[in-house]
Amino acid sequence: MKRTSRRRLTAAVLTVVAVTTGATACSSGASGTSTKAADSKTYTIWDPYPQFSKGSEWTKLLDGCGTEAGVKIKRTAFDTSDLTNKALLAAQQGNSSDILIVDNPVVSTLAEAGVLTTTDDNKVDTSKVSPNLLAAGQSGGKTYGTPIGANTLALYYNKKVLKAAGVDISSVKDWTSLTAALAKVKAAGKKGITFSAIGTEEGSFQFLPWFWGSGAKLTALDSAQATSALSLWKGWLDKGYAPNSVINNTQTTSWQEFAGGDYAFAENGTWQLANADKAGFDYGVIPVPASTGGSAEAPTGGEFVTMPVQQDTARYATSQKLVSCLTNSQNLLQTDTTLSYVAPTAEVQDQQVTANAKLKPWVDAVKAAKGRTSDDLGTKYPKISEQLWKAVQSALSGSASPKDALGSAQSAVK
Amino acid sequence: MKPMTQVPERRSVQSRNGAATSAPSPAHARARRRPTSQQWAAWAFLAPVTLYLALFYAYPLYRNLDLSLRNYTVRSFVQGDAPFTGLANYRKIFDDPTFAPALLHTAVFTAVCLVFQYAIGLALAVFFNQNFRLSATLRALFLVPWLLPLIVSASTWSWMLNSDSGIVNTLLSAFGVGPVNWLTSPSWSLTSVIIANIWIGVPFNLVVLYSGLQSIPTSLYEAAALDGANAWRRFWSITFPLLRPVSAITLLLGLVYTLKVFDIIWIMTKGGPADSSTTFATWSYQLGFGNLLPAFGPGAAVGNLLVVAALVFGLIYLKVQRKQALS
Repeated sequence: MKRTSRRRLTAAVLTVVAVTTGATACSSGASGTSTKAADSKTYTIWDPYPQFSKGSEWTKLLDGCGTEAGVKIKRTAFDTSDLTNKALLAAQQGNSSDILIVDNPVVSTLAEAGVLTTTDDNKVDTSKVSPNLLAAGQSGGKTYGTPIGANTLALYYNKKVLKAAGVDISSVKDWTSLTAALAKVKAAGKKGITFSAIGTEEGSFQFLPWFWGSGAKLTALDSAQATSALSLWKGWLDKGYAPNSVINNTQTTSWQEFAGGDYAFAENGTWQLANADKAGFDYGVIPVPASTGGSAEAPTGGEFVTMPVQQDTARYATSQKLVSCLTNSQNLLQTDTTLSYVAPTAEVQDQQVTANAKLKPWVDAVKAAKGRTSDDLGTKYPKISEQLWKAVQSALSGSASPKDALGSAQSAVK
Repeated sequence: MKPMTQVPERRSVQSRNGAATSAPSPAHARARRRPTSQQWAAWAFLAPVTLYLALFYAYPLYRNLDLSLRNYTVRSFVQGDAPFTGLANYRKIFDDPTFAPALLHTAVFTAVCLVFQYAIGLALAVFFNQNFRLSATLRALFLVPWLLPLIVSASTWSWMLNSDSGIVNTLLSAFGVGPVNWLTSPSWSLTSVIIANIWIGVPFNLVVLYSGLQSIPTSLYEAAALDGANAWRRFWSITFPLLRPVSAITLLLGLVYTLKVFDIIWIMTKGGPADSSTTFATWSYQLGFGNLLPAFGPGAAVGNLLVVAALVFGLIYLKVQRKQALS
């Protein structure tokens, strides 16, 4: 009995040892896969496109570019909102990916953190890219990447609803005529317009065309023009032209409202084109009108291909080859078609319009669009944007007047 | 609860006695001769749990404290050279205009949720304690809110409470009540998340209180009934006092859970509109991750305030438990 108990004890100790070593082996194995593979033949790419699984066009393109450069590609997809923090953490641990594809307003934040190499260092060619799109990736006179594609916002409209309400879309030229059209739609028993005013970056993104369309500047949130833009939205909510749910709408839920077929207008992005064809009704697209006519500047969306700083600088040469491969004209056309984006170079934009005439208004909108971090706002933009969406939420929910809401936003930025 | 805590104690005493009587003296001699192997074994058994505690509790807590005492920018976060600024982050959050409302919302949210979860849970537990036909099935159905993933229940609630197309407003309009902007009005958003959280928390209270009720001997009720006590009197004189230990633990556990509720609020209102449903949990997340430019320092500081609050109530819980064990 003594012997058995001792044996049992030994067995237990062994089990514990085995389990702990097993666990440490597991953890070291896991960290081995998360850190960059040490060998020089494997290159890591992080992207925010979890919708593309293994075997999709996108991963085939990545692997193809890898083969061309003679290396193996290890690709990891993240949720967009997750990617900034993951990239910062990886940089802190010294195991950034070789190539990082990241949402454009984040580029200046990562550049500020010293995570990204400049195009001077990494020799990525950005000469063909439209300057207004490239600006989002520039900060302090340096460029930190190249856009893989762009998208922006415009107004989708439901032709049937407008016809029933007796609205001629060509009459919608400025805010006054748009509001008049919404009034007619409401009188005809349909719903006016839907957009997203949620308390996140999405809310600011959607408000910006109206904000810029009024002539306001992000450096002065409390200007009279800014107040007029917020009052326009507030007025629509008060009169019932826009649903109260916009305060909690993401761009996806706002799109679902429009796809229901009762709304005359929806502010949404290029990426909804494929869904618009599926919606089962005739739709059109116009640029967001500016306050006194003409098109408002809309913010650019879309990602940048960047190269994070590496300890082993010898890797840059191959990474640069990979970036050039991903952003050459032929591959851009393919990628941007898959993503439902507008290409960042004039040459590919023309090819896109030739292939699909429906893209014409979007290409025009992207040409007129403006980066959120442009005007050298850089890392000031996130702070301004947070106050902006808070002001929009306060005003629309009725807890402050548009003027007061923007006033306290401006004083919070300072 | 009381018999549950006592049983293992008694068992351990027995096994200890058993070991002492059955182990003959040579075993002692052997143990004296080779003390190291036993000690090694003891350390080996301790090692996993110590390692686990250090890795998953001590280190993250230390890191969070460290984060809250330094001035982190994105740059210094990556380079790891953030200057030590003492309590500057804490001063910053105390001076923040969001602090007072967040504190108030956290207190209101926790208190109201606890009161309703407990009251409804107790009522249902008493109800189900009278075994009637299908009572087991019904009780199982009541567990559904607990079993559903939070993202599912929170999203469902936000659809139901949608101002324009939600079922709640449709029902209200059938009774001639005008639409309520549940999630988008600053005066209703906190109420909405409280309602959803109560719904989620009731099953926990129901299950724990129901098991507490099972341990009250039926003979007491029979004696009371013979003495002519009515149902109301039986509840207040037998059920409620005998349930007190279980109630205390249910409430204290519920308090710690409710204090840190984040997912429901974030999914339903994002703490908005205009901070009207912001609690410390959502505020901490908002500071640390809700912006393109994360403010890790202040975010960690708010998180630490929550940890301290939970710790205080945790200590109260331990004290109550010790008192119960003694009594």
